[in-house]
Amino acid sequence: MNMTNKDYSNLADRESAKSKSYINIPAAFVSGGLICVIGQAFMNGYLALGVEKDVASSAASCTLVFLSALLTGFGVYDDIAKHAGAGTLVPITGFANSVVSPALEFKSEGMILGVGAKMFVIAGPVIVYGVLASVAYGLIAFGLGLY
Amino acid sequence: MAHKLGKYTYLTDAAPSVLAWGSVGSKKEAQGPLAPYFDLLNEDSTFGEQTWEKAESEMQKEAIAKALEKAGLSAPDLDCIFAGDLLNQCTGSTFGLRELGVPFLGLYGACSTMAEGLVLSAFLLDSGAMQKTAVITSSHFCSAERQYRFPLEYGGQRTPTSQWTATASGAAILGQNVSPPYIRAVCVGTIEDKGIKDQNNMGAAMAPAAFETLRRFFEDTGTNPDNYDLILTGDLGKVGSRLLDDLMQREGYHIGGKHSDCGLLLYDSNKQDVHAGGSGAGCCASVLCSYILPSIREGRLKNVLFIATGALLSPTSVQQGESIPSVAHLVHFSSLPN
Repeated sequence: MNMTNKDYSNLADRESAKSKSYINIPAAFVSGGLICVIGQAFMNGYLALGVEKDVASSAASCTLVFLSALLTGFGVYDDIAKHAGAGTLVPITGFANSVVSPALEFKSEGMILGVGAKMFVIAGPVIVYGVLASVAYGLIAFGLGLY
Repeated sequence: MAHKLGKYTYLTDAAPSVLAWGSVGSKKEAQGPLAPYFDLLNEDSTFGEQTWEKAESEMQKEAIAKALEKAGLSAPDLDCIFAGDLLNQCTGSTFGLRELGVPFLGLYGACSTMAEGLVLSAFLLDSGAMQKTAVITSSHFCSAERQYRFPLEYGGQRTPTSQWTATASGAAILGQNVSPPYIRAVCVGTIEDKGIKDQNNMGAAMAPAAFETLRRFFEDTGTNPDNYDLILTGDLGKVGSRLLDDLMQREGYHIGGKHSDCGLLLYDSNKQDVHAGGSGAGCCASVLCSYILPSIREGRLKNVLFIATGALLSPTSVQQGESIPSVAHLVHFSSLPN
């Protein structure tokens, strides 16, 4: 083929449809915002029941994780995520989905090498680098004398 | 014995026949425009099995059984089976066909495997070494997703250029020159790599392979698109098809009116959520074995160029940042033996 890789790459880019950001970004904003509103509603509900603020906050997160896991199990979460995109990926519900979906998927390889080994295949890197980032943040905060 | 024409093309002398074929699909394929032509469509994509891998093997089992039944043959009549799929170590084929007791040659050419099997079968039949062979390939959306991408229930978004792995299998039984469709010529492709790295844009990665094979075939045979009723690629999808038409146009071949793609025939991309079209080793195999081969037998299509394209990547190669090499093999089917 008388075409450089760069020229071909340009041609391929021209023929390839792009993601519709004008739909995806507003959809993510609305759906992500909606999840936050639901979380807030749970928190307000727990507070109204007389739960301490710290506990109510954790309980609201746990409830969202539970609902996300449940919807993943029912096979609904990915259908919502198809339209919501980052809106369902970024909140804690996305994290729950990323743990539950491989757990379901790799059941066929057994509880140890399947569910156990593969459960964090997507969430694992988030945890590793999340912990590293928090250590770095702690050291910087300590260095600046914020403690 | 087949003889070479030009540098890449081989013409068969005795024009082996495709005796019969079988096609199996699942729910999404049943909603597609080719549904009426399939032999078996199972709405249950597990095919009654416990794992997706077993479901894929079951599809192969059913496709080959159907093809043998239509040919009026049984497994011991076959001299050899050429089979392949997308799973690691090609277990879709080996587990599906292990009970047949037929000499087995496993192939891997990704989505080009069907054409690879047809090419090898044509050579061995034409030489007289074998009398009857079978070629079968399959792919399953769920077994491919868990191997190459994400778990099924993971909430991710697919890009517009991504293709949908067909849950389908196609099997063809080949024999000596008795009835159409006949295999008149084959062209074995080279591995092409134009540096595309996006595994969600396999059409763009594979179009150069299809282009090289098709251009060489036209050059070797001195023919052009006007000599054929249909130039059928599999599975370039929307993006790859447009690129192939463009690349051929630059060489002076206008294939637009004759060109169709298995990934675009299997599904209705306006109604079904398949993005750039279908793909997978079972996509072109099932399109060929449901709609195309009967059309050639009945004379509605006379000369068809079937060019199956395969993206030769692995999950590891993608993670290591490698580009995607591709290959495309061509088979010339005709309703006339010479």
